[in-house]
Parts: sequence; C-alpha cells; structure tokens
Amino acid sequence: MDKAKAEAYWRANITLIRNLLIVWALVSYGFGILLVNLLNNIKLGSLPLGFWFAHQGAIIIFVILIFIYASQMNKIDQQFDVHE
Amino acid sequence: MSVELWTWTMVFLTFGLYVGIGIWARVRETEGFYVAGRGVPAVANGMATAADWMSAASFISMAGLISTLGYDGTIYLMGWTGGYVLLALLLAPYLRKFGKFTVPDFVGDRYYSQTARVVAVLAAVFVSFVYVIPQLVGVGTVFARYLGVPSVTGLWVGVAVTALFAVLGGMKGITWTQVAQYTVLITAYLIPGFAIASILTGNPIPQLALTFSDITERLNQIQVELGFTQYTQPFQSFDMLNILLITACLMFGTAGLPHVIIRFYTVPTVKDARASAGWALLFIALLYTTAPAIAVFARYNLINTLHGKTFEEVKQIDWVAKWERTGLLRFVDKDGDGKITVAPGRAFNLIPGTNRPDFNSPNEKSKNEVFINNDIIVLATPEVAKLAPLIIALVAAGGLAAALSTASGLLIVISSALSHDLYYRIINPRATEAQRLLIARFGILVAVLIAGYFGQNPPGLIAQLVAFAFGLAASSFFPAILLGIFDKRTTREGAIAGMVVGLVFTASYIIGTSYFGMPRWFFGVSPEGIGTVGMLLNLIITYTVSRLTPEPPKEVQELVESVRIPRGAKEAHYH
Repeated sequence: MDKAKAEAYWRANITLIRNLLIVWALVSYGFGILLVNLLNNIKLGSLPLGFWFAHQGAIIIFVILIFIYASQMNKIDQQFDVHE
Repeated sequence: MSVELWTWTMVFLTFGLYVGIGIWARVRETEGFYVAGRGVPAVANGMATAADWMSAASFISMAGLISTLGYDGTIYLMGWTGGYVLLALLLAPYLRKFGKFTVPDFVGDRYYSQTARVVAVLAAVFVSFVYVIPQLVGVGTVFARYLGVPSVTGLWVGVAVTALFAVLGGMKGITWTQVAQYTVLITAYLIPGFAIASILTGNPIPQLALTFSDITERLNQIQVELGFTQYTQPFQSFDMLNILLITACLMFGTAGLPHVIIRFYTVPTVKDARASAGWALLFIALLYTTAPAIAVFARYNLINTLHGKTFEEVKQIDWVAKWERTGLLRFVDKDGDGKITVAPGRAFNLIPGTNRPDFNSPNEKSKNEVFINNDIIVLATPEVAKLAPLIIALVAAGGLAAALSTASGLLIVISSALSHDLYYRIINPRATEAQRLLIARFGILVAVLIAGYFGQNPPGLIAQLVAFAFGLAASSFFPAILLGIFDKRTTREGAIAGMVVGLVFTASYIIGTSYFGMPRWFFGVSPEGIGTVGMLLNLIITYTVSRLTPEPPKEVQELVESVRIPRGAKEAHYH
C-alpha cells in the first residue's frame, strides 16, 4: 500500500472519530452536566430534559454512535481497499 | 413453593449450566485459553463483554445508589457506558489488528521495552485483583439472604464455582458461559422492571414509563414533602466539578480496564471488533436504561411502604423481617410515636473510620428512622412490589451471574498476566505450551484464594476499592494505548514516565485521602474522580518526554502503521 493512500485513509478515519467524539462529549458532559440546569427548564414527556440526558438520553446516543462508527468505517475500508 | 426453595432450584440449575458449558468448552492450547481461539462471533462477544463488564456493582448496587443519589447517580450511568464509545473508536479495532494475547503484550511490544511490559503487568494484576474482591463480596450477600447461609460460606461457594470453570475452560469456556450468564442476568433484571413499571404506571416498558408517566413528578413531590430536595435536582451530593471528573474517570477507566480490552482480541476480524463494541454497549444499555427507572420505582415504593406506618405493621411484612436479620435494614423509633419517619440524614451514627452504621447509636440530628443498605434495593424491590417467588429467585440467580461472570473475566487477566507476560515473555521464553497452561491455571487458583481471603476481610470500603481500580486503569493504561496507536512519535521513555507518574499520583491521592486523613488538596476533588487528573498528567508527561527522547525504532513505527490498517488481522498474530 502506498504512503499517500495510507495517509488519506488515516485522515478519513481521524475525521470520522473526531466528529463522533464531539457528539459524545456534547450529549454527556455538555447536555448531561454543564448545561443541565438550563435544559431542565424544558420537559421531555414528564422529565426535565437535562435529567433525561443524564439518566437515559446520553446512553441511547452512545449506542447509536458506535454503530454509526462501525458502518462508516466499513465503507471507508472498502473505499480505500483495506477491508478484510 | 417458598422463595428459598425457588432460589435453591434456580441457583442449582444456572450453576449446573455454567459448569456444563465450562466442561464442554475445555481447552488444551494457549490460544484457546487466552483468546478463545479467536473464533467468537461479534454478537456473542458483545453478550460476553456485557456480562464480563456488568458486575455485582451494576446489577446489585447501582440502582440502589442512584435511588439515593437522584440526578447525581448519573456519574455511574454515563460513566459506566460512555467509555465504550472511547473503546470502540480509539482502542478496540487497533488492538484486534495487533492481535496478541494481553494488554501488557501491546505495551511491551509497542514500547520496545521489558520495563514497560513489567509496569503494565503490575498495573493489570493490581487493577483486576482490586476489582475481583467486591465481586466475591456480592456473591456472599446474595447467598446470605436467599440461601440462609452466613455470607462467609456464600463467598467460598462462589470462589469454588468461579475457580472450577475458569481453570477448566479458560477464555473459551468463559466466553460461552458469559453468554449464558448475560441471558440470565438481563432476564432477571428486566422482568421485575416490566412488572413494577406496569403496577406503578400502567406502562410496562420501564424506560418509557420513566419518561412519559408522572411517576418522577410524584416522587419529586413526596421528596419535597418529607424535607428532601427534588429527586431530579442536580448537584446535591457532588458539585459540578466532581460530577464531571468522576464521570470522566469511570469512562476512561472503562476504556482502560484490561478484562474489557482483551475481549476484543477474541473476535475473528477488525470489522467484528468494531461491531462487537456496539453490540456490547447495546446489551449493557438494556440494563443501564432500566436502572434509573427501577431506582425511581424503588424509592417511590419504599417511601410509600414505610413512611407513616407503625413499626408492628411493617415488621410483619415478610421481606422486612428477612432483611432486618441480615443487618442491612434497621429501624429506630426516635420520636417515640410508634410510627416510622423517613427523612433526610442518617438514621444511625457511623462506626468511626467506616461507612457502616452503629445500630446502638441513633443519630439524634436527623429525624430519619430507617437505615437501608443501598445494596439490598434491587434485591428487595421485587418483594416490595409483591412479585411472585419465582421472579425473586430469578433476581438472586441474576445477581450471582453478574458477579461470577465478572470475577472469571478478571481472573483470566490475572492469570494471563502472570503466566504469559511475566513467566513466558520475561522469565522463561522457552516454556512449552503445557507449562504455560499449567502456570495459568495455577495462577487462577492462587488468585481466587487470595481474593476470597480479602473478600472475607475487605481492606476498605467496596466503593473505594472500585474507585481505586478505575482511577488506576484510567491513569495508567488508557494514555499508553491511545498514544501508542495515534502518535507514532511516543517513545518508551515517555510511556514509562507517564504510566509511573499517573499511577503514583492517583494511588497516593486515593490512599492518602481515604485512609490517612490527607485533605482533598486538588480543588477538593474526591478520590473517585482523581483518576481523570492522573490520566491528563500521564498524557502531558508522555507527550513531553517523548519529544525530548530519540524517536522509536523503524520497526516499531511500522508496527504502528500496520495496526492502523484492518487488512490481515486474521494472520497478524501468527508472525
């Protein structure tokens, strides 16, 4: 595998990881902790929204993030022809 | 049939199943013993990882803790799940491509240094050992209540069963046993969840019942009437800084725990490693999104069952009488009105230097007349909600499954660190496969006996021990592995300096503040959260020292390049 292609593959990988980790930090540290009091003024069903993110929402989004990562990485692998 | 008889039956059946699987999956070669022959499908590995990960703390303690902490319980909910995102995105696929047996393998090879390998072995053994003790204590608690034996007896029965199938089966046996254990534990957790959700809210799905029924609003209202703050009110037990740091410490610790990391070595390909992290978190999330609902239901039910009732009335309730005998539930009539008051504060003063209540010394500063150990909340909830004896027995079997599966995963790490990394890679590189397996099995036996001894005489509070394990995992392994993959320029000098400083800083802060009365000198950070600071310190030191030392040899840089490319993972471990 030539160097330029390997570097392009790694860059695509890093970009995907970075974007997903931004969402990860936003829903957990951001919505669940730092902004909790602000978001608690809004209700989801009968729960304050900040509390919902801390106790339910963040966990559900974590699961979705990993499956998005796995499927996107499979596409990138195919695109750069490094899949198994 | 009585609850006790059902429990005996259930425990007998499930234990028989685990031992049966252990014997069926018996292995004779090291690859089968350490990494299950690398033939585990992604979904099955996800289940095994979930069972490995969800310990007695998740199953027995967590909902109870959340129930008393309210919003602040999020440290466990987000902390113990968020780490899987880090694992999936930053570690698992690359470690699978690297394809050796253990975490010290990676550290030793990537940092071209036997010193780095030894530091990693010590950290892996210590972290796993500290973490296995509370699992055995959890087993003791379950047996004590349901089988009517002393908790010490329960502990040693658990030790014997764990040792039996870990010694026989190795990783292959453990993987398939853990798949069975996951099924038992999740069924045991969800069924009471469904039942209680229906009874309290009319909606059988706990997650939806929590969000869309008015149960939390009702609980908030009752809490305020009794003088507590609202259940959903943030930052009551910890300030924002501590919530942030403890959550982060549990996340990064999760991503650095060797018994979780090595599960990703057992799947056939890199693609499977990524997917299996997703399956693992999905299976974990089934329990972790049910737990906050159970916490609310349990608190609501307990207050309603106890507050304002007379002592005679309450003591006739079957579960109250039985838990009272274990010393995990106690009442005291402080105001002499013959009725129970639930109020903020401790019912009893603590025995000095411990977190245990002194039942001879009621705390006159609080009106509260009930002491409930957090650990009984999940176990007692089905009884509080008056569910069938079969379900109560199922919960006991689920608690045992959770504790035993984690204990055996940890024991494999300890034994592979000793036999593979220490004995084979450092002491005797010419050891035959049979010798290495013998040492591995002997290692498990010794480790479980020592852990059993400490389980009988715990060296500290269980919560402290668990915090210790996570803080050490976060501050030692996580930066070493992360930089090992993402920064080619990281050198052995950098990694060793970083690991040692991270470990020493974190360990001395935890030991100092927990046991030697040292003030929380770092911005009032609690020992549970200090691992995050230790990890940042490790990252900074590793990075700086690496830039000041000669760059890693060419073959190591090539190794880093090769772990970044998925192709060839199946062959990677043969050369």
